[in-house]
Order: sequence, then structure tokens, then C-alpha cells
Amino acid sequence: MKNVYTDLLRTEYLPHVWCAGCGNGIVLGVFAKAFGYTGINRDSTVIVSGIGCSGRITQYLNFDTVHTTHGRALAFATGIKLANPELNVVVFMGDGDAAAIGGNHLIHAARRNIDLTAIIINNSLYGMTGGQVAPTTPEGKVTKTTPFGNPEHPFDISKLVAAAGATYVARFTSYHIKWLEKAIAEAMLHKGFSVVEVIIGCPTHWRIKPPELMKIQKEKYRRRNYSSIHEIKPWDIGVFVREIKPEFTERIRGIINP
Amino acid sequence: MKVELEVETKKELLQGNEAVVRAAINSGCNFFAGYPITPSSEIAHGMAELLPKYDGIFVQMEDELASISAAIGAALAGARAMTATSGPGFSLMQESIGYAAITETPVVIFDVMRAGPSTGIPTAPSQGDVLQAKHGSHGDYPIVVLAPATVRDSYHLTEEAFKVAEEYHVPVIVLSDEIIGHMRESVELPKLKARDEIKFGGIKRLGIGLRKHITGLVYDETGMPTTEPEKYEKLLKRLFSKIEDEKLMKYKMEETEDAEILFVTYGSTYRSAKTAVKILRSKSIRAGLFKIETLNPMPERALKKASENASRIIVPEMNMGQIVKEVKAILCDRDVIGISSFAELTTPETLVRAVEA
Repeated sequence: MKNVYTDLLRTEYLPHVWCAGCGNGIVLGVFAKAFGYTGINRDSTVIVSGIGCSGRITQYLNFDTVHTTHGRALAFATGIKLANPELNVVVFMGDGDAAAIGGNHLIHAARRNIDLTAIIINNSLYGMTGGQVAPTTPEGKVTKTTPFGNPEHPFDISKLVAAAGATYVARFTSYHIKWLEKAIAEAMLHKGFSVVEVIIGCPTHWRIKPPELMKIQKEKYRRRNYSSIHEIKPWDIGVFVREIKPEFTERIRGIINP
Repeated sequence: MKVELEVETKKELLQGNEAVVRAAINSGCNFFAGYPITPSSEIAHGMAELLPKYDGIFVQMEDELASISAAIGAALAGARAMTATSGPGFSLMQESIGYAAITETPVVIFDVMRAGPSTGIPTAPSQGDVLQAKHGSHGDYPIVVLAPATVRDSYHLTEEAFKVAEEYHVPVIVLSDEIIGHMRESVELPKLKARDEIKFGGIKRLGIGLRKHITGLVYDETGMPTTEPEKYEKLLKRLFSKIEDEKLMKYKMEETEDAEILFVTYGSTYRSAKTAVKILRSKSIRAGLFKIETLNPMPERALKKASENASRIIVPEMNMGQIVKEVKAILCDRDVIGISSFAELTTPETLVRAVEA
């Protein structure tokens, strides 16, 4: 099978490591398509990832790829972008990666409004390590480390990064691939810190069949108009923030000769 | 009539941390990511002041985990990158230091040691991070560790660190301490160069069309992840063999030819040992010293040779005894003793007494 975007993949390393029905594979395909639409030069693009199921995505993308340490993908990406602002830097992270162990880097990247595109693949638990509770797991949910139900309140990643200063924030699910494709392309073309949160779920650890997962995504998640990030509810999808603010790489380079 | 009195002197009063900044800029360092911590902050201050004037980037990150990661990212993108910290921050950096080692990323990490463990005594010197510098990250990995003993060394070993990092594609740690970092010495060092006299930047691996995968997973010859034990062994052996190079192992020998008493020193304790040798020599006791400048890889062969005639080997350290164990292992059949001091230098008198006892 050959189509427009297989050239962007390291097809010799397929099949991928993810479970059958996992949304990571969908995000990989959607990203490759979206990248094709942007017209961005592939060899001036660097793809960075953290650790976990989502971290493996860099392995299948035929770009300059950097698979970093757990939680630090944005910090590595910050160094890459600052050292060479010509580079288009895309960062893939999971929800545990981005919001727990790397939560500090997430809010600071947003605060700086550094021109990186963060694609946060949210399966609401730790998949690679066996299905433990994450900062995105809904209250009451039973996981391997919350056998009596999750006693904690989860983060809404999109609201978190919007509040921290991200200038493009969108959330879609692995069911809404057309919208997702457009959002990823927009995020890459956006100057400033852009975040696309992708809700994928986890068929393996949720013990749910992939078509049923898709059905939930199709029926529960709704796109509507918002006037403020405070209105965003967990089942809301869409482009929540789109604004232009001074970008960090340009500002830091302009310190001496403004 | 105005009389101009010109005193020709090239000497200046410079702090160790200031010498590091000058050496870094003169070496073409164009990226610094750091987080404030005593007693290393002056390095960040100097880099923040100078780097923008040299078209480089200074960034204060949100923590040390981010600082080392940003420095490694910058190095991959072609910057000549460094960070500076002290004990607590150095501990936080360890995971990514291992990443730099397995991905063969040249980056310089400056650790101005202070008394630990934990918060310890932030304003007091120590040599407590020696083992951490050599083995602080998990797993087996090669790393180069340099130890300056003076302000002059701070300059030259920083220069050396950048050179070695790129020549061997390794992270290099420079272990200074609060004494060397903050002490002002009268030194004659190269001046800060002009922008056009310096070649900034290092080795680019990103943005030049390589389309290669860089990963902290064990990888094979193609750079892609593998779990095969044979390939893992091959990778580790290749990484370690890179630094098995005598050229890397720097040391100085002072009055060792006929030395019966040999001080094996590194870092600021070298200074006490040097004076102790002088005092002992004035008492007709044949003392000498071996100053280790490369703590990893250790100059084993040279150390063995320097200690050939010594009946007693003394290793003064500002810790519970970290390098003395390695010296004992290298000179296994010899009389090796360690002398510890805590949060301050051992005095030359203490060392003299240890010899006369």
C-alpha cells in the first residue's frame, strides 16, 4: 500500500508496538497526513517524544527524531528550538509524560509561549507500565493503583495549558480524525506554543473493545462554541484558544538588538 | 603637566566561576541553560551577561531537570552547550546525563560542589560529588570528569571540557568546589576574545537532513531500538572504549621522582598538599604529589608509576573518602591512607602531622 504519507513513515519498522485498536497508531497516521498539508520542509522539522506508549511514535516517523527521557521532551525541545529557531519542532507526549512527571515543563513552555507544537496523546492512564492511575484519570475510576477507585480529581490538560499561556489549544478524539488533522496542521503553522490534546482511551487497560471506545468518543464528545476557557467541560472538543502573543525564541534573540 | 603612570601588568584578580565563564565563551560555547544554585550562580550570571552579546542563548529554566535537557537538546541542534549547578541540582540532572552518554551528545556540566548530602551546607565546600559524577546516573556509561584545583585550572579545564566533549562525543563533567568557585586568585589568563575571533557552535545532528532516530533506548548500528543482549553488549563496549585513551587522562606530578611520601590529590585539596610537600621537603622528608586532573577515566598507569618509590600514599579529600577507595584498588599492594576533612580544607599542618605520625 502506497499513499501520500507513507513516505513520511519508517515503514520498515512497522508493524508498530501498540496494541490492536490503540489510538496512538491513528494519531501517527493523522499526523503524517496533516504534515503533508502544511507544506513545511521535512528536513527542517524535528520530532521529539517522551517516554511511554506515545513516546514510541518518533521511531516510525521518517524525520529527525529524538526520543528523550520521561517527562523532559518539552525541555529538550526548548533547547533544540532556541539553538536553531529555523527548526519546526513537534513534541509528542502522553498524559502522564506531559501532565505528571513533565507537568512543570508543560506549564513553563506555555508560559514562555515558545514556538513548539505539543501533541498530547491522552489515554487517561499509564499504558506502557500496566494501566496505573494518571493525573488525567477520572475520579472514581478503577486502575491497577486505584483498586478502590481513583480518589483524586483529574487535570483537564487543555484548560491547564490555556490557563498557563498556550496560544493555540485544541482537543479532539481519535474518532474525530478530520478535525484532528486540521488542528494538528494549524498547530504546526501557529507561531507560539500550540497544544493539541488527543483523547484516545486505552482498549487494553480499560478492557473495552476498540469499536466500543470509538462509539463513546463519537457519542459523548461534542464540539461547540466557547467564549471562555472556563466553559470547557471534559467532554468538550474543538479549538479552544487561538491567539497571537510575542513568541519566546524571537524575544530572547532580540534581547541585545531589539 | 599630567603625569601618566602606567603599570604594565597582565595579572588580574579573578574568581574561579568567572574564569569558567571566560573559558566557555572563548571556547565557542553559545548555549547555557541553568537554574540558580549556590555556589555556582556566578557562572549563570556571567553567561547571562555575555552570551546575548555573542549571539548566544542564555536561558534560565524551571529546574535542573529542564536545564540539562535543554542543554542536550541544544547540543543536538548544533550549539556548543553547557549548564552549571551544585550538588542538589546535579542529582536532579543525573537521568539526562545518562541520556547524553548513551546518545553520545557533547555537553559540558559544571558542578561547583558544596557540602551534602541533601541541602547540606550550601555555602561550604566539599568534594562529595566525586562518585556521583563518575557513576551518578543509572546503568553503565562512559563519562569524562575533570577536576580543577585553582582559578587557572578552572579556565583551562573548562576549555579542555568543551574540546573533549566534541572530540569524543561524550558529556564532560567539571567538578569544581565552593573554594575554587568563589576564591579570587591573581592569575594571568587569556583575555575575553572578540566575537569574530571565536568559532561558536558544535556538531549538528538535527536539521541537516540525516533523518536519524536519537533514543535513550539501547540501539543497534542503525540507531533503532533493540533488546538483543549481544547488541547491548556491543554498544556498551563501544561507548566505553571511546574514553579508554591515555590522551584524556590528565595529571600533574610534582617532586615525585624520589618521593617516599606521595600525596594523591585533586581539586582544592591539592593546594594543602602542595604546601605540605614544601614543609616536608624543608624537613628533608622526600614528599611529592600526584595531582589528578581527570577523575574519569583515571590516569592509572601514571599513578602506578609515580608511586613506585613511595612507602606511603596519602589521599586527602573533603569527603568521607571517595577517591581513596579507587586509589587503593589501583595500588592494591601499597600502604594507602585517606585523610578526610569536612566543609573546609585539610590544612597543610594536618597533612604534615599525618606523615610524621
